[in-house]
Amino acid sequence: MDILTDIAILVLAAFVGFEVISKVPNTLHTPLMSGTNAIHGIVLLGGLLVLSSAVGALNKVLLVIAITFGTINIVGGFLVTDRMLEMFKGRRDPKRSEEERSE
Amino acid sequence: MIVATSVLQDHHFIEALYIVAFVLFILGLRGLAGPRTAPFGNRLAAVGMLIAFVATLLIEHVIKSGSDVALMAVGIGIGTAVGIPAARGVKMTAMPQMVALFNGVGGGAVALIAWVEYRRRFPEGGELWNLKAEIPSLFAAIVGSISFWGSNIAFGKLQEILPGRPIQLPGQRVINVLLMTVAAVSAVVLASGVHSQALFILGVLVAAALLGNMVVLPIGGADMPVVISLLNAFTGLSAAATGIALDNTALIVAGTLVGASGSFLTNLMAIAMNRSVPAIIAGGFGGGGTAPAAAADGEDRQVRSTSADDVAIQLSYADRVVVVPGYGMAVAQAQHAVRELMDELEKRGVSVEFAIHPVAGRMPGHMNVLLAEANVPYDHLKEMDEINPEFPQTDVSLVIGANDVTNPDARENEGSPIYGMPILDVDRSEQVIVLKRSMNTGFAGIDNPLFYKENTSLLFGDAKDSVTELVSEVKNLG
Repeated sequence: MDILTDIAILVLAAFVGFEVISKVPNTLHTPLMSGTNAIHGIVLLGGLLVLSSAVGALNKVLLVIAITFGTINIVGGFLVTDRMLEMFKGRRDPKRSEEERSE
Repeated sequence: MIVATSVLQDHHFIEALYIVAFVLFILGLRGLAGPRTAPFGNRLAAVGMLIAFVATLLIEHVIKSGSDVALMAVGIGIGTAVGIPAARGVKMTAMPQMVALFNGVGGGAVALIAWVEYRRRFPEGGELWNLKAEIPSLFAAIVGSISFWGSNIAFGKLQEILPGRPIQLPGQRVINVLLMTVAAVSAVVLASGVHSQALFILGVLVAAALLGNMVVLPIGGADMPVVISLLNAFTGLSAAATGIALDNTALIVAGTLVGASGSFLTNLMAIAMNRSVPAIIAGGFGGGGTAPAAAADGEDRQVRSTSADDVAIQLSYADRVVVVPGYGMAVAQAQHAVRELMDELEKRGVSVEFAIHPVAGRMPGHMNVLLAEANVPYDHLKEMDEINPEFPQTDVSLVIGANDVTNPDARENEGSPIYGMPILDVDRSEQVIVLKRSMNTGFAGIDNPLFYKENTSLLFGDAKDSVTELVSEVKNLG
């Protein structure tokens, strides 16, 4: 792809990022951060893309580590955000609150 | 390009799947704007990630041999096996270090991929690599490496493996500038056509790694919210750079979304402390790392210490109580006890609200997460601008393990290192009760005149024990 196309995509995505985030209240900053944190785990895809064309044991090992890291980032990030957000959501429901408190 | 054998492998089909993923990412992030829509938003983003993942596997040549698939499965398997229990088991109080760790592994993945790309392109320093791929890869290697090491140091500090206080070496800034120069010059040399594995590893990866360590080590606990969101932005940007190098729009878009949102948040945090991001990175207050000693100005510096039963009476007969939580509440894990205290007081008709400073705790929104965990209703949590005009009508402000964010010097004393930082005006309320472990100054070593004010009394002890005692005293009042 043309470098200018890439940069155009990048600039537009940056504006979308600013716009979307500026609406998030202070209260939700932690889940926001851990949610976006999970999204940059997308670098996992980079590891997958390079793996088949990389030759040699060291290259493969480095990539497996990269894939492991990326997976931890994605899986852990989304799960932990989900856990946090459930706490923000469920508290009007007294029954659920009890359950969560006893956890 | 070879003609795709099936529709699934068609380049347009894959791009279309990526576009679906982007829409889900953006809708997901937008969902995070409200507590009701946020869980759904997060799940939308996760589905987007799954779609992008599947689409990538469909790309021609990604799955070429069985052994590659096995290697992918190993990486994904281990990652899942580590990620799930970590995310499930982590305590809400330990959230900042968990976020730092997840961020670090992301940065590490970026740096490793850049390294392999380099090794792959120049097996013996021969082949040509176009600059369009090389420059972003070098950028990704440097920034990813800084992010990995910086996040690990942040994790170590938050987990208290490393001391939370700023650690400074003599000539720290000179060293940092040198390291940055080494990394940048190495990158330029490599991009200009000199191909040396050693230069890439030592000049780029190692210099950036050291820089990541050196930049985060001098940063104290109170500045952590800024650092964590900055490192988050770094990882996002480096992922986007990897995307340009690998010609993959999914990485570019997702990485940039995170980079932009992380930068935005970082700036917000810095504004909330009235400090610039570079000043925070430079470390210490006012620079140089010499934390200013408490000004001994010869005033009468008596503090009034109080007892739990007195505080219980003050609280019970108040109309309006504002709780100001800080990092001390997180450390003591006092949030559940605080919620109980709120319940008891509300039963007696006292209105209880929480004043949350944007940088209270160790990451943006840290206090909100803890209070949400303890089921404090969302509408009881007030942001700084909302609550500040209400302090003069507040009978009792109960400060639980917060210090610098309540320091009136930030408003009144031009000589103070934190002068100009927006604070919670607790000193304007009728009575102030500060729960504190000891008379030690806050993280920055800055004295807090709030403690010596006539309307302030201090209740010493572990925050959780003190609050639990308050709960039972309030109950005893009948």
